[in-house]
This record gives sequence, C-alpha cells and structure tokens, in this order.
Amino acid sequence: MKEKIIEKILLLVALSSILILALITFFIFEQGLPLISKVGPRAFILGERWVPSQGSYGILPMILSSFWVTFGALALSIPLGLACTIFLKEWSPPSAGLVLRPAIHLLAAIPSVIYGFWGLVVLVPLVRNYLGGPGLSILSGSVILGFMILPTIISISEDSLRALPPTYKEGALALGATHWQTIWRVLIPAARSGIVTSIVLGMGRAVGETMAMIMILGNSVKMPTSFLDSARTLTTNIGLEMAYASGDHRQALFATGIVLFVIIMLLNSLAIFLSRRRID
Amino acid sequence: MRHSFSRILSLLLIVFITGACQRSRAGITVAGSTSVEPFAELLAEEYMSRNPASHIYVQGGGSTAGVEAAMAHAANIGMSSRSLLPKENSLFTLMIAKDAIAIIVNPKNPIHDLSMDQVRSVFSGKVNTWKELGGLPRPIVLVNREEGSGTRESFQKFVMEKEEISLDSLVQNTNGAIRQVVSNDPNAIGYLSLGLVNDQVKALKISGIEPDVANIESGKYALVRPFLFVLDGEPTGEVKVFLEFVLSPTAQKLLAKEGLVPVAKLSGDEPGR
Repeated sequence: MKEKIIEKILLLVALSSILILALITFFIFEQGLPLISKVGPRAFILGERWVPSQGSYGILPMILSSFWVTFGALALSIPLGLACTIFLKEWSPPSAGLVLRPAIHLLAAIPSVIYGFWGLVVLVPLVRNYLGGPGLSILSGSVILGFMILPTIISISEDSLRALPPTYKEGALALGATHWQTIWRVLIPAARSGIVTSIVLGMGRAVGETMAMIMILGNSVKMPTSFLDSARTLTTNIGLEMAYASGDHRQALFATGIVLFVIIMLLNSLAIFLSRRRID
Repeated sequence: MRHSFSRILSLLLIVFITGACQRSRAGITVAGSTSVEPFAELLAEEYMSRNPASHIYVQGGGSTAGVEAAMAHAANIGMSSRSLLPKENSLFTLMIAKDAIAIIVNPKNPIHDLSMDQVRSVFSGKVNTWKELGGLPRPIVLVNREEGSGTRESFQKFVMEKEEISLDSLVQNTNGAIRQVVSNDPNAIGYLSLGLVNDQVKALKISGIEPDVANIESGKYALVRPFLFVLDGEPTGEVKVFLEFVLSPTAQKLLAKEGLVPVAKLSGDEPGR
C-alpha cells in the first residue's frame, strides 16, 4: 500500500515537471506565432531592422550576433578547454588535480551577473583603451562567454577521455608511440564524440546566456561587422525589452523566444545524437 | 501513514490560510517606471516612518508595465514617466512631480553646451565625431534607452521629433546603466532623468540653458516630462491617504530636494497632461 502511494506520488511529481515544460512551450508559441504570421516568417527572420515603435520587427542582426558571440566564445574555449582536459587527464600530478578540478567546478558556480560585472569593470575598459570602439563589444562578450562555458567543455570531455578502455593507451605506447602521439592520434580521436558533445552543450549554454551579455554587449541592434562592434543577441533582446513591451512588441519578443527555442532544441538534439554515438 | 498525511494536509492548510491573511493586509503596491521608482521609494519610506502600521511596496518594471498593472489591479498604483496613451485615458491620473531629461556626457569631455539641433544630429548619427561639435577628435558613442522606455519616448518626442535615433547606438535598459556607461567612456553621450545625475557624469546645457529647477519651472528648459501615478478608479482608503501625503508640502519638498520639480504649488496645471 505504502509502496503504491509513493510510486504514484513520484509519478505525479515527475509528470508535473514535464507538464510545466509543455506549458512553457505552448505559451511561447501561442504568444509569438501570431506576430510571426502577421509580419511574415521571412520578414521576421531575415529582416534587418528592429524598430518596434515603427512596426519593424526583423531579427536577423540578433541571430547573426548570437552566432558571432557564440563562435567567438568557442574559439577561445575549445583550445583552452582541450588543453586543460589533456593536462588534467594525462599529466597533472594528483595534487594539482585536487586543486584544479574544484576550481573549474567553481568557475561553473559563479553567477553570470558576476561574470558580467567583472567584464564590465575590467575587460570592457581594456578593450576600449587598447583596441578602440566602445568596449562594450562582441569581443568582450565572447571572452566572458568563453570562460563561462569552459567548465562544461572540460568536465564532459574529461569524462569521455576517462571512459576509454585503458588498452587504447597501453596499446599505443607498446607500439612505440610517444605520450603526445598517443594522446593526439589515439585518445582524442577515440573520445571524439564525447568532446564534440561537450562543445555542442557549451554552444547551447553560450547561445542561452543573457544577464552577462546584457551588461557587456552594448545591445545595439545592427548587423555585426567587426568583433569590436556592439551587438544584441536573441536572449538579450528579450531580457532588455521585456519590461516595457506591450502589444505587438511583446509578441515579437515571444517570437524571438520561439527562434531561440528552436535553435537551442536543435543544438541539444545534436548533443544527444552525438553522445549516443559514443557507444560503438 | 494516513495519520502523517492528514498532518501534512493540515499543515498545508494553515500555511495557505495565513498566507491569505497576509495578503488581505498587504498594504499598497506601487509598480512601474524605473525613472519614478527611486522617488516613489523615498516617498514610501517617509510615509511608512510616519505611519508605522502601513506597508508600501515599490517595484520597477517600466511605465507600460506600471500602467498595465494598474489596469489589471496587480498593483494599487502604477507609475508612469510618460503621458498616457489614448487607450489608457480611462485611468485616474495624478501628476506627482515633473522631471527633466538631462543630456549627459563624461566629465572629461570638454563640451558643456549643445543646441537642440546638435543633440538631434548627434543622436540621429549625422554627426559622429566630437570634433564636429568643437571637441576632441574622437568618435561619439551614443548611449540610448531601449524601445518602450518612457525616458526614450520622451526623448524621441522632445529632441528627435520626426528623426530616427541611430541604430548604431548602444542600448542600456536602466537609468543606472546609462550613467555607468557614460561615466566609464570618455566618448559617450546619453540621456537620463535629471534627478539621477550625479558627479560621475556631466549634464549639458541646451543652448546655454542649465537644466535646473529654476529653468524648468520657468519653462526655459524644454525637456520636461510628467511623473504620474495612475489608478483604476478614484482612490479610496489608504491609497487616498498616501496620495494626499504625496501632494503634501513635506513630500513635495522631499522630491524637490532630489532634483524633481514639485507640482503642488504650480496651480492651474491639469494633472496627467
């Protein structure tokens, strides 16, 4: 009897979490789709002008900016993350690992507003003084974002390296390969799907980051042409304008949410697909 | 088992009932414009120190959200830093003060006076170096409020008129963030509520006219907008008492000290216009 009750309660709780996801999805689409059909999907996604007060709702600059910022972040975090992973797995003495691993996890635990504040106070003036432009730029945003997704990349790719059978390494070394050759030619390729998954998950986090980006990107709505330009991503568009929006403008923000939702869904499905392939 | 269940149930019931009770004596909620928010907080504090039994909760959210909250009864009082739109005219409005919009630059910027036309051509992107205005040979960095902001709407109406604000401009979504960016960037120019100007930024004269209380009252300084409290229906009960306090000389003096222009002594001014 008791077992049954507990089972039912757990089922109910589990279902409610999925129900909430379904409700959120339904709500976003219900609010956003009318505007997309009113403006036209083409004009909405490929439009270059976002001036809600004049009825122009084009989000192409934001889609492009989201990708610029994300790829900028990946350009920083992939080499850093891989180097860190390889060092942790292959070279670090146990004592260093004891310090490094918690430190990397701590990096994931810092709230994004702190990253944003640090970026605003330290990084932005550096970029402005040494590279020019307003400082609030795609470059500053990418650097901050790169550090934010580093823990995701390191922890998942380290797990995938650890999951390899020890025979891979032993075999390669026995054949006369050096340690570096073993890592670069055998271990990394063998753990490839896990590493790629970690990168895709990091991308997902980068595309979704809002608070730090509102503080650092400068939020101007224009097509990105340089890494020193200010930019507005899909998430920051919603976060920035939600408070004051009403009517069509509000719906347009939900519609921005739909596009973001689809992009994140695609990235996460890709990550699931890639991580399943690991078992071969 | 069943016993402990009924216990949990009764506990939940108690929580709900006390929660509901707290709600019924929740006090007054004031929500809306982030420009009005700091001043409303000040008024609320002063009012609460005089009437310790009452509670006034002040929240931001923006002018539009404030007006909507008042219409939907989510807040007792909505705050707006722009005149109401025709569709919002059914609301009861009370002008609590007038506020000027200051055009601000970094204190290091040698410019201290611009004409309205110059400000307009700067913000529309036609003039994009300080040199063209008699300053240093540096690019101008525009800092703007986001679409929908009451401050931006007023700026558009008073300064830009039909011209469009350049899409190259940076966008920040609070007065505080605007001040932060302008105080950090020697090339920046922005605008915010005059009451929030401090020594981190420099308020420009407009065609030689200093943005101060005397010039605002005499109407010489043109960038002035109303700060409104809006309600759905006539005020009653404690809300009415609070509104009377807001218009009292004490409260109005308090607002004047913070850089706003009081409305109480300006008779003949229609509230909400």
